[in-house]
Amino acid sequence: MSAPLLSVQGLRVGFATEEGVLQAVDGVSFDLRPGEVVAIVGESGSGKSVTAQTIIGLTRANNARIEGSVKLGGKELTSAADAEMQRLRGERIAMVFQDPMTSFNPVYRLGDQIVEAIRAHRPDTSKRSARERVVELFEAVGIPAAERRVDDYPHEFSGGMRQRAMIAMALALEPEVLIADEPTTALDVTIQAQILSLLEQLNRERNLATILITHDLGVVAEVADRVLVMYAGKVVEEGTLDEIFYDPQHPYTWGLLGSLTRLDLPRPHRLPQIAGSPPSLLDLPQGCPFRPRCPHEFSKCPQYPGLEAGLPDSPNHRDRCWLTPEEKREKRMVEGQIGLEAPRQVGPA
Amino acid sequence: MTRFIARRLVGMVAVLFAVSVIVFVVFMVLPKQNPAQSLAGKNATPLLVKNIEEEWGFDDPLPQQYLTMMKKVFTGELIQYEPRIPVSDRIVEGIPATFSLTIGAALIWLFFGLLLGYLSAIRAGGWLDRILTGVSIAGISIPVFLLGPVLIYVFANELEIFPNGQYVAFGEDPGEWLNHLILPWITLALLSIGFYSRVVRSNMLDVMNEDYVRTARAKGLSERQVMTRHVLRNSLIPVITLFGLDFGATIAGTAIITESIYSIDGIGLYAAEAVAKFELPPIMGVALYGAFFVVLMNMIVDVVYAYLDPRVRLGESASA
Repeated sequence: MSAPLLSVQGLRVGFATEEGVLQAVDGVSFDLRPGEVVAIVGESGSGKSVTAQTIIGLTRANNARIEGSVKLGGKELTSAADAEMQRLRGERIAMVFQDPMTSFNPVYRLGDQIVEAIRAHRPDTSKRSARERVVELFEAVGIPAAERRVDDYPHEFSGGMRQRAMIAMALALEPEVLIADEPTTALDVTIQAQILSLLEQLNRERNLATILITHDLGVVAEVADRVLVMYAGKVVEEGTLDEIFYDPQHPYTWGLLGSLTRLDLPRPHRLPQIAGSPPSLLDLPQGCPFRPRCPHEFSKCPQYPGLEAGLPDSPNHRDRCWLTPEEKREKRMVEGQIGLEAPRQVGPA
Repeated sequence: MTRFIARRLVGMVAVLFAVSVIVFVVFMVLPKQNPAQSLAGKNATPLLVKNIEEEWGFDDPLPQQYLTMMKKVFTGELIQYEPRIPVSDRIVEGIPATFSLTIGAALIWLFFGLLLGYLSAIRAGGWLDRILTGVSIAGISIPVFLLGPVLIYVFANELEIFPNGQYVAFGEDPGEWLNHLILPWITLALLSIGFYSRVVRSNMLDVMNEDYVRTARAKGLSERQVMTRHVLRNSLIPVITLFGLDFGATIAGTAIITESIYSIDGIGLYAAEAVAKFELPPIMGVALYGAFFVVLMNMIVDVVYAYLDPRVRLGESASA
């Protein structure tokens, strides 16, 4: 295996608020190699986006406390100067955001916004050659009539085309790492598939290391090599795509898998869901934060287990749950497939 | 674009017509001295008053009086009663002073409003922001009728740096023109500087939370580039609208207090005089002049808005 391009170790991000310190990310570690796609999965507020934005230094603020380490090719980023991070953003690590409707400035032409990115890093590039580069990029991401459309404004593009333009912008300076933060969430399902296959193609052709942030396991199944499942700021399970999908160890992962709609099975009476909602990061339950929503809670749960491999055959498949592998295998089966049992009463209905 | 302007011009005529009718009706409804009586003078005989009434048409039915007056408006024959000179002459005489006052003050308030608002926003929460917030609130709170006399007292009477008012035509002596206008400009601009800096600051803070600002940072722009090209640029759209309307209103003669304090013989002073004497012709003249500029600036604002925000298209959809 090649050396990791990006290595995140024990990353913690806290924000001081009036009600106390909000620990948005609490000890996230993973490595990313060239050509690899690591997916970070979780609900809103699980810390996945904060993790991504911290990697490129967008969460730096007076009230933010960032601990742990983020290394890009051996270079520490958490302690790098602002100016250095600025040079690196777009140039070595690029980001694609969730909502292509609002992620471009509505008052500038799309082409100009990408030219701006190119010239911010390569001031010597003439406007004309930067523009030619944008046309090339538009063609590479499959925008028809690229030559003409670079002069369009964002509102003249459809959602899917705008997300293609967003990806074109991210690729403009040939970065080594691409962070895609919910890149398909705001799009129609058919367009989602197109964008995903585009990302996959770019990842293959350009050997681009990709961090894919999503709440949609369906998206993960399409493109990811490895998966981190996050809950309340912590990684609760990590493993390869197959490990997560076919042998999930954490009840939260079961819940996520169980709430996928499947076309190959009879339609369920009601769409399964995980009962309750994620806890407030300012008021976490003691021990495992998933405890209040978990039907399998027992006496050990008020202690939070470490992230450990429970299965001897797969040392890199780790999770945070006290249940034994045998118990897990039994408890995760709900009506013949993986899921989270109907919950006991969760709080006041 | 052409269609848009054509339609707005038609709308402008309608607005001016409505203004003239409203001013006329309101004036007729309000209790007042017989204008013929004032024209005839203090010791006039009833016969003289009667003659004047007939000659000026004061005993005609109201619609007739309205039509006569509007005809005079268009032919420039609208006469004020005392002294009997055409209203249009007075307005034309007042325009250079009012325009000099307004344009200068507007440039000052726009420049400082943007500058202070920008500095406040990029240092939001810091000490500079707090100082600037205090300064702008003070600027908004000090009434013009207090600020003007204080400035005159300090800078004209005590320090003798600037003259205490009057207007000197630019063509007569550009240096004196400037010298005489500095205090009035400051007086008129200060409130708007405070107000605009608050608006710019709050707009910028809103825009800073937009997704495209995060995108701009993510692509590696410097903080200054992010702030000027994306945050400030987009915050300006509503500010320019506000500026157009304020500028239109000021040039329309609403700087009455400033013109009075500094004895600047502009439209504002003429409007004050017309209202004090309660004569219909000058009131009508000033009202139509003011309405014209307000409507004109509205139209310009719409055109500029469409230029600043490409999502706005003039023409078909603008009617919705």
